[in-house]
Amino acid sequence: MTSSCVKLCLQCRSLLCSKTVANSWKYATHCTAVPGILVNFPQRFSMISGNHKTTQMNLKWKQQMLFYSTLSVDPPTTETRENKDSEELPKADVVAYQNPTLPIRDAVPATESELSLDLDAAVEFSALEEISNEEAVGISVPPALPPASTTLRDYVDHSETLTKLVQLGVNLWKLEEKPNVGSMLLRLNFDTDVAPRLLFLKEVGVEDSRFGYIISHNPFFLTQDMENLRARVNYLKSKKFTSAMVASMVSRAPFLLNFSVKRLDNRLGFYQQQLKLSATNTREVVARLPRLLCGSLEPVKENLKVCEIELGFKQNEIQHIVLAVPKVLTANKRKLTQIFDYVHNTMKIPHHLIVKFPQLLNAKYLRIRERHLFLEYLGRAQYDPALPNYIAPDRLVSLPDELFCVDLALATLEDFYLFQKTL
Amino acid sequence: MATPAIRMFRRLEGLFCVYKPSGVHWELVRDTIETNLLKGVNSTPSLPLPREVRFLALEGSDSEAPKALRLTAVSVPVLSKHPLVTGPEFRHIKVGVGHCLDTPSSGVLVLGVGNGNRTLNDFYRARVTRDYTLEGEFGTATEDFSHTGRVVERSTYDHINQDNLNRVLAALEGANQKALLTYSNIDMNSQEAYELAVQGLLGPDGKSPPILTGLRCIRFQPPNFTLEVQCLNETQKYLRKVVHEIGLELRSTAVCKGVRRTRDGSFALQDALTRHHWTALDVHQAIRKYHSSKKGKKLFRSRKKEPPLSEDDTSSDNETSRNKEVAG
Repeated sequence: MTSSCVKLCLQCRSLLCSKTVANSWKYATHCTAVPGILVNFPQRFSMISGNHKTTQMNLKWKQQMLFYSTLSVDPPTTETRENKDSEELPKADVVAYQNPTLPIRDAVPATESELSLDLDAAVEFSALEEISNEEAVGISVPPALPPASTTLRDYVDHSETLTKLVQLGVNLWKLEEKPNVGSMLLRLNFDTDVAPRLLFLKEVGVEDSRFGYIISHNPFFLTQDMENLRARVNYLKSKKFTSAMVASMVSRAPFLLNFSVKRLDNRLGFYQQQLKLSATNTREVVARLPRLLCGSLEPVKENLKVCEIELGFKQNEIQHIVLAVPKVLTANKRKLTQIFDYVHNTMKIPHHLIVKFPQLLNAKYLRIRERHLFLEYLGRAQYDPALPNYIAPDRLVSLPDELFCVDLALATLEDFYLFQKTL
Repeated sequence: MATPAIRMFRRLEGLFCVYKPSGVHWELVRDTIETNLLKGVNSTPSLPLPREVRFLALEGSDSEAPKALRLTAVSVPVLSKHPLVTGPEFRHIKVGVGHCLDTPSSGVLVLGVGNGNRTLNDFYRARVTRDYTLEGEFGTATEDFSHTGRVVERSTYDHINQDNLNRVLAALEGANQKALLTYSNIDMNSQEAYELAVQGLLGPDGKSPPILTGLRCIRFQPPNFTLEVQCLNETQKYLRKVVHEIGLELRSTAVCKGVRRTRDGSFALQDALTRHHWTALDVHQAIRKYHSSKKGKKLFRSRKKEPPLSEDDTSSDNETSRNKEVAG
């Protein structure tokens, strides 16, 4: 009994030892090469195959941790051979290291061969050897790139893609705050990844000045498959959206082309069925607020229920409101009820007038309140179209302050501001 | 090196006051002001990009003579200093709020920008009084003393007249005067107490329960009435409770329909910026005015401080002008 226990303990210890050694070996391959020791390790690994899985997990984690360090360690050694395309090299290395299911025994020879190559290359340029002017010109000094960074600022001057993106007006400082976007952008090649998609946007009809806006909000547009993008635009056109409509929709809703055809179809169907609109009207609503196709449908459903049950609008009235002001569908429902409560219960504007002037529901609550109170103070708050001195609700909310004072309140702007201080 | 944004920010540091509308949380007011100031500060033109000399390969030379790779020295702007890469210069501006106003109340709210926040502390350590206008209504009592709360009691108010109300207010003021003396922590029989009382400087140091230093009725039209209150260390909820207690003293009940602060220390209503003027430019002007008034005070320290313009004057002015407008 005791002897078996001791055996077990010994086994455990050996396992632990090999584990730590394996970890340190991983560091060794990444930092500096000590070829003599390297040879021993593959046999060790075959011995501890029972422990294989856990070590692999460790390695996987390490590989992710060392992601940026590989990016930095390799270029100086390899760039002596290939100095033309410095952007491509880190990319290739990253792909090789990131593959977590890479068998360990395969990985070792690969690193070894690379190391031997590097050593050969280093021999060529000894410090004492004289080189011709031509060769001297050919040597490019690798830029001092930091191995890991929290910001894209360090890479902008050395990456062609980032430079071009800045020139397009992309907000890089906003993008670098999003997870994974920074490394994604660094891995892109301008000529093969970015340019075709920009040309595609131009083909669709998006203006050049909107490129920066689109990519700042949706950097993943640059990783979308070209075929998919074409299919989505073709789908929109097959639904009889004119090309001008598609262009304006794409430029105002940057995420639109990231969604699959099925999802877009789903959304269009939802709006047509829920609002019981004709095809033309659905197109018009969606073209005016393309955000509807991108966002979640739950809040829209909630808003429709709020309009129907809480605010008491009929189906055709909701249709009319949505056609005039599609933004009601995405508005905050608490604000919507607050405005409706004030307009209907305090200003005594009936439902049919609100339907006639749906801009009321899109206005700011404070703005409606202070204007109504001012008019009431002056004795001019009269919203019944049948009586004299009628004040149209849409003018009440949409006019700027100066015009409101002159046209509706017949007072001066200073009085209006003074009145606001008595509320 | 001070960039234009930093110079603009330096000019914005100081105290100013805004008019908080009712129904808006003070944090929202503060955040709005901060966003507007950030917008103003960051919209100043940025410094031109520094340039650096880099050796770039000549494009055309590759096809003609692949062996002789030509490098040319080109001066290019350093893109890592580009505003699109570095982001705006200011991401946060410290905007501090003076004595708070709760959501249903409105009125003058003092704000400090940048190192004005330090001044803000000194400002409140100087034991400033605040003016409030309270709108009350007899006849009901609610749970939270405001007119929107759940009604717990209804009562008649026909027996109340202005004399009754004034008597109750005077009694309340007297009780508060006594409290002021107890919390001032000075022996009332001493010469020091006498001298302070002569100058009108008696009062609590730092924290104390709320004390009303002045209380009068400026409008009485049953069931509505309006009170004007000067007080120390108050909260808006306490003021609503005062209205409630006045109702109970008058053998009736009362709710508070509105709390409006018309003065906070030296910041009066006419300096307050309304909602449309919460831009960096207007704030800058308000702060410059505050600084110039402070300088003036230092120069003529011997001169007595002028009493702040009372609320009645301004409102009556407004009314006459408005009446003119209506008549015209």
